[in-house]
Amino acid sequence: MGLLVAGVQKNFGSHKALKGVNLEVRKGEFFTLLGPSGCGKTTLLRVIAGLELPDSGHVFLGGQDITRLSAAKRQVNTVFQSYALFPHLNIFENMAFGLKARHIDPVETNRRVAKKLELFGLSGLERRYPHQLSGGQKQRVALARALVNQPNILLLDEPMSALDAHLRGQVQEELRRLQRKLKQTFILVTHDQDEALMVSDRLAVIRDGLVEQVGEPRDVYSRPKNQFVAEFLGAANIIKARRDGGRVVTSLGSFDLSLAPVWDEGTLAIRPERIVLGEAGGDRANWVRAEVREAIYRGQSLDVWLAPGQTIRTKTGEDLRVRVRTHSRDHLRPGDQVSLFFPPEDLVALEH
Amino acid sequence: MYDLSESTSPHVSVSSSRVNPAEMEPEFASGLLTWYGGIHRRRDLRMRGTLFLSLGLLWLFVFLALPTTGLIFLSLASRGNFGDLHWTWTLDNYRRLLGFGLFGWSPDYLVILARSLWVGLVTTVLCVLLGYPLTFFIATRGPRWRTWLLFLVMIPFWTNIVVRAYAWLFILSPALPPARIAAFFNFIPPGTALFPGSVATFLGMVSTFLPFMALPLYASIERLDWELLEAARDLYASSVQVFHWVILPQTRPGLTVGVILTFIPAMAMFVVTDLLGGSRYMLIGNLIQNQFGQGRDWPFGAALCLALMALTMVGLISYRRGGVRP
Repeated sequence: MGLLVAGVQKNFGSHKALKGVNLEVRKGEFFTLLGPSGCGKTTLLRVIAGLELPDSGHVFLGGQDITRLSAAKRQVNTVFQSYALFPHLNIFENMAFGLKARHIDPVETNRRVAKKLELFGLSGLERRYPHQLSGGQKQRVALARALVNQPNILLLDEPMSALDAHLRGQVQEELRRLQRKLKQTFILVTHDQDEALMVSDRLAVIRDGLVEQVGEPRDVYSRPKNQFVAEFLGAANIIKARRDGGRVVTSLGSFDLSLAPVWDEGTLAIRPERIVLGEAGGDRANWVRAEVREAIYRGQSLDVWLAPGQTIRTKTGEDLRVRVRTHSRDHLRPGDQVSLFFPPEDLVALEH
Repeated sequence: MYDLSESTSPHVSVSSSRVNPAEMEPEFASGLLTWYGGIHRRRDLRMRGTLFLSLGLLWLFVFLALPTTGLIFLSLASRGNFGDLHWTWTLDNYRRLLGFGLFGWSPDYLVILARSLWVGLVTTVLCVLLGYPLTFFIATRGPRWRTWLLFLVMIPFWTNIVVRAYAWLFILSPALPPARIAAFFNFIPPGTALFPGSVATFLGMVSTFLPFMALPLYASIERLDWELLEAARDLYASSVQVFHWVILPQTRPGLTVGVILTFIPAMAMFVVTDLLGGSRYMLIGNLIQNQFGQGRDWPFGAALCLALMALTMVGLISYRRGGVRP
């Protein structure tokens, strides 16, 4: 069932957590709410779960207004950030909790719990208590406990934050595979842009209680709407620019863009890995000469900070630097002269 | 005796906890043990343990073992004509307690015992029923409010119990609204007070013992993981199910302390019930007080004391065994 969030506002005292959020989550998709801490993404998730009543606005599930329906009556289940496993109940009892509360008969309960235990590789742990499990196992129990209820929507509140980095990557992949297999609607809250890009069908970038941009990971990453989205989803070079006929003039030089800006003066963004490094050469379109200032070896890539040719100084007198991410095979040292190519399709004109 | 989930005994471990010491013998052949991060000789630790315990043991010996033994001996003696003691080694006091008196069998004393048990139970149950909402209310206020509300709960601690009972006598007197309202609805005849009686007795008892229930309960509820309640709601639990399946098991340590602190003294209470309950509320507490006071029958008083202790133990053991466990 599809979810529709319409004009949802929520204040905590004088703090405006949600300032009128509109969202549509389609049936069966993996949707991610991405944003920095304190942006309101968890509040939005709690509104959807029924754990928080919005001050205004509505939440529709499958066309039905569920805004004022209590959490206990929504076919929506949550995986909490701390997992919230009941410490006094064993794994079986934890997983059967939701079924028992709805008086599902014991035989059916056993069958469903056993099925989920097997799906999550937890068979044999039924009689264990939460404190006897590892972090990864707890997380799987929390997932299984929610999914055993066959919810219309599964909500995940930063479920990876308690896992160590190595396990996290593995679990992210598993989660994605699981969602594709079950074809259930998942809504994930996270502040980790890699995680969001990796698992989502679509994602919403949230900032200060408002949705900044919604779209597929590829679109949001390569065509960010504004500077916040550009910088939150990975590194970006932000360049001040002015429109001059069909071209865009910056302090680096003038560029062709595949999508012309709507403004006369504004900013451009380009991802560091989209800039192409070449031998120092002549003045061709979208090519800029630059000198290497700093090269940082990162294993999978080499981050290079460059100062472009003649126009090193900006108006404010700072060094203008361009960040380029290139193969870690490349050998570049401070002082090397190179040329940079800014592909027209990767230069994005940002909204104000 | 009643382990309240958190053990206070020092944690002695043989390298890692829960390992059978016998298995560790080869590794610690020299008799070395770790204790609070230090490495000690087994013999030194045993000495130290005995030293640590000695003060407590001495205390228990002087103030528990000795008096109880004294009571046992005393209960086997008999009263002389002038209240003096005769060391006769007889079970007469217990026989009398069970109702076998000079004039055949009468259940008077057993009724008093049963009534004491009843008053203790009802008071405890009422305190639990009031304590949960009260402490939930306090625990969900802001920090400043919480401090003040807890302060209000604790104030009765500082007032003498007799003064408080007299305050209730005043509040329930015929001229004041509570009695007038009750008379208006024909619960009592016009112009009479709301005491003596059950209502007054339990008002007095609950107001006396509620702090004993509320404070330990509050300590448990304040530490409650509220996310568990949300998880339970999210998993379709009704309010009753949330309480029964999550709140109750999570606050059991506080509840247990509260029940013990309320039930034991409530069973033995006599001041409040005497003043507010009238002659109908003769409890074992009043009876004991009589034997050691006007009655001058110490041996029978001692037997009553031991009966009260036994009754309390039975009550608490059945609480531990009963349905209140997970």
